[in-house]
Amino acid sequence: MPTATPISRVNDFVVRFANVNGSGSASANEMFARSILRMGIPCAPRNIFPSNIQGLPTWYEVRVSEDGHLGARGGTDLMVAMNPQTFDKDIAGIEPGGYLLYDSTKPLPPSKFRDDITVIGVPLTAICNREYTDPRQRQLFKNIIYVGVLTALIEMDVKAVEQLIGEQYKGKDKLIEPNIKALHIGRDYATLNLNCPIGLRLRKSDKVGDRIFVEGNAAAALGAVYGGATVCAWYPITPSSSLADAFTRHCARLRVDPETKQAKYAIIQAEDELASIGMVIGAAWNGARAFTATSGPGISLMQEFIGLAYFAEIPAVIFDVQRAGPSTGMPTRTQQCDIISCAYASHGDTKHVLLFPEDPAEAFDMGAQAFDLADRLQTPIFVMLDLDIGMNHRLCRPFKWDDAKVYDRGKVMTAAELEAGKDFGRYLDVDGDGIPYRTYPGTHPTKGSFFTRGTSRDRYARYTEEGGPYVDNMQRLIRKFDTAKDLVPRPLIANASKPTKYGVIYFGSTSPAMDEAIAMIEARGHALDRMRVRAFPFHSSVNSFVADHDFVFVVEQNRDAQLRSLIVNEVGIDPVRLVPILHYDGTPITARFIAKAIGDHLDALKVTPLKVVS
Amino acid sequence: MTYLAKPKFHHPALPKNELGYTHRDYEGTVSTLCAGCGHDSITAAIIQACFELSIEPHRVAKISGIGCSSKTPTYFLGNSHGFNSVHGRMPSVLTGANLANRDLIYLGVSGDGDSASIGLGQFAHCLRRGVNMVYIVENNGVYGLTKGQFSATADRGSKSKRGMMNTDNSIDLVAMALQLGASFVARSFSGDKHQLVPVIKAAIAHKGAAFIDVISPCVAFNNHAGSTKSFDFVREHNEAVNRLDFMPSRMPIEVKYEPGTVEVVEQHDGSRLALRKLAADYDVHDRTAALGFLQHHAAKGQIVTGLLYVEKEAEDLHAHLRTVKAPLNTLGEKDLCPGQSALDKINASLR
Repeated sequence: MPTATPISRVNDFVVRFANVNGSGSASANEMFARSILRMGIPCAPRNIFPSNIQGLPTWYEVRVSEDGHLGARGGTDLMVAMNPQTFDKDIAGIEPGGYLLYDSTKPLPPSKFRDDITVIGVPLTAICNREYTDPRQRQLFKNIIYVGVLTALIEMDVKAVEQLIGEQYKGKDKLIEPNIKALHIGRDYATLNLNCPIGLRLRKSDKVGDRIFVEGNAAAALGAVYGGATVCAWYPITPSSSLADAFTRHCARLRVDPETKQAKYAIIQAEDELASIGMVIGAAWNGARAFTATSGPGISLMQEFIGLAYFAEIPAVIFDVQRAGPSTGMPTRTQQCDIISCAYASHGDTKHVLLFPEDPAEAFDMGAQAFDLADRLQTPIFVMLDLDIGMNHRLCRPFKWDDAKVYDRGKVMTAAELEAGKDFGRYLDVDGDGIPYRTYPGTHPTKGSFFTRGTSRDRYARYTEEGGPYVDNMQRLIRKFDTAKDLVPRPLIANASKPTKYGVIYFGSTSPAMDEAIAMIEARGHALDRMRVRAFPFHSSVNSFVADHDFVFVVEQNRDAQLRSLIVNEVGIDPVRLVPILHYDGTPITARFIAKAIGDHLDALKVTPLKVVS
Repeated sequence: MTYLAKPKFHHPALPKNELGYTHRDYEGTVSTLCAGCGHDSITAAIIQACFELSIEPHRVAKISGIGCSSKTPTYFLGNSHGFNSVHGRMPSVLTGANLANRDLIYLGVSGDGDSASIGLGQFAHCLRRGVNMVYIVENNGVYGLTKGQFSATADRGSKSKRGMMNTDNSIDLVAMALQLGASFVARSFSGDKHQLVPVIKAAIAHKGAAFIDVISPCVAFNNHAGSTKSFDFVREHNEAVNRLDFMPSRMPIEVKYEPGTVEVVEQHDGSRLALRKLAADYDVHDRTAALGFLQHHAAKGQIVTGLLYVEKEAEDLHAHLRTVKAPLNTLGEKDLCPGQSALDKINASLR
């Protein structure tokens, strides 16, 4: 018997699989997570993987939460330790009273275990060696066998797993039966030899509802399809490559003319990120909706072109799936670390529009909206995803589209308008919103042509190095940026149940952890108003939110408090009033981390009066 | 100054093309390059070629990088949209523009610094993709705007104006273009408009990646003794492989060719190139032989000019990508947005 009481919980625990990458564990683990969703229980899986194809440690963590907490929690209740290389560390990560499932084919000394956990050994290798002769099958089916063991241990609906196996191998039907057989080998072994169930159990629920389970990159790519993107130019880089891959897949299904089989899109895998953004800018200059997908190092390479697009006022959409920097950093770990490098990308005075989706559903919405904003504002729009949202399946509300929606192509002067004698000045602020009219190349034989350049020019696009027209133009660009404040998605505010002097600002993938942390902070007796910032430039409500509170915590996943710097810089706030809460070890931020950091801070602020004055 | 407009006055007797335009309608603003610059002759050749082809000026998109050569698009086709992009990156901007609207003519103008140094990567990749364009390098072997540094096309052993010897090997963009799969490869000389104008016309009619290297002496920094890109040197060492006559498809086919010395090449759009061969054994469809011919003559210090290679059945990037006939920039919601019904199915597949 373990020295700590074994954890006993229903529909609320964390299972972590430790595997070796390239061993085929990913699909078995994903099936495990999907089966839980099929039981109506919300869960959030996360891949923790190396920048490598075969042989290095990889983990898959499934947080089961009937309450719907989809952020990372931290800690492991049940460890499925399949990687001898990380065995010791994996065991150390189990919560007291937790459980360990391991391959007991080779006896291990007691010193390899802990006495405060329940150790469950299954001779997986021995079983596989007995059942299969092909070495590849031995490896692959081992994964399904441990899923079978788990179905018995935590009372998982085995029918749900069988159904998923059927769906997964549809079309490759001869794989269905052997997989189901392997599942039952594991399940039968557990039923016969182990104490089933353990303290962690699943019970059917109805908390999943109509939600969908999808990766942020796939969702953002679908947003690009719905947003009317026709040109995609990209260069492979983790963790953004799957966005371009998904766009390719979506287009093959949704954008091919059924009769002619011709493509209503063009996708180029460019030679580097410079060429990717160059193609996007060329295409958008010529009136197509175009985007690229990249990560931090790609953003660094694109700097010169981003400045050109800003100054020459060419629409562009850039999906930045952020990973831990600087330099190559931790390519397969998550961070929100490109905020400053995107907001002020390129040399000279520049400012760019950023969107911060919190999950795949919002990645879809903003992925589409970015194209309207780019055309309306004639400037680059950054959709700031990160590895946590982009490369993990997340439960989220279903995708929605208003069929009555018409694309906003912005201010484009037509041949008819030119013919009618409408005055065309490419950089002329006709409406006072800082946004000029443009023409597409080839519009009119004698009117409306202009020369696009990165050099300074006057309102009619004529080259000039005169100070006056230069300043005039730079001021108009600021006016345009002000216009953007009311066009981008507004911050969302959730007030505490009682009035409070404290607030918190957060954004992007921090969202689920923050929602959960609020309850934990409240349990410590503190109230906190919340603001989720969804875009830069900041709406005026960011200013008033900070003004309305004594202290505002700014929670983000980078070392240098980049969003906080942006708020201080752009809103003109006394930095002392913005308290940074920073998580940047490459793992997704957890509710436990936020609750502790903010809770400790608020505890310290609590003043106990020495004497009550009546 | 580049914004100086030329007077609009046309002499009434100026010849007109089929569209009723004179060559003045194909001009841009006044050149700000040095008097006698080879680039201005190339500008004149482009104007002449577009005039003779009766191209509607606004159906051309002219795109350049940075440098003296990249300034020239302001000096021709004033009614075309132009894009002076960033140094060495014209090819990617042009590729993107071409993807957006396959119906325009794309004229990429670059220099030897722009294409052979900072932009060598983009030069290579747009050619291997087969972007339908005319890619002209105005090659003077020198950085003009920054006052006379060697470029990567400067020959080894050539002398700069300040007496420096170039010890680096030179890059031959024509050889590279052949190796990279460009489907139309030519070299010409800015001082030879009788060769250059038909070459540009043929390149415009070609459907695929057409590359023209035009040796264009820099009067300010690379036209002295010891330079291998000076007017005198190029005139003395020019080995023209053929002379080109270009006939648009609408011209009646009644030109008489002299057997043995003339080869007729038909292009996709029905236009014909008549090659008056100077080197009798030169085969304009043999990529490998073209490379050999080029290197053989280069070793002898000769600069081979003319149409060096043209692919008979060239395909462009849009053919590779199987894109729709309508320009992508004309597609609207109906073509692009699958709507809620498709989304319902996608949602269902994600549960």
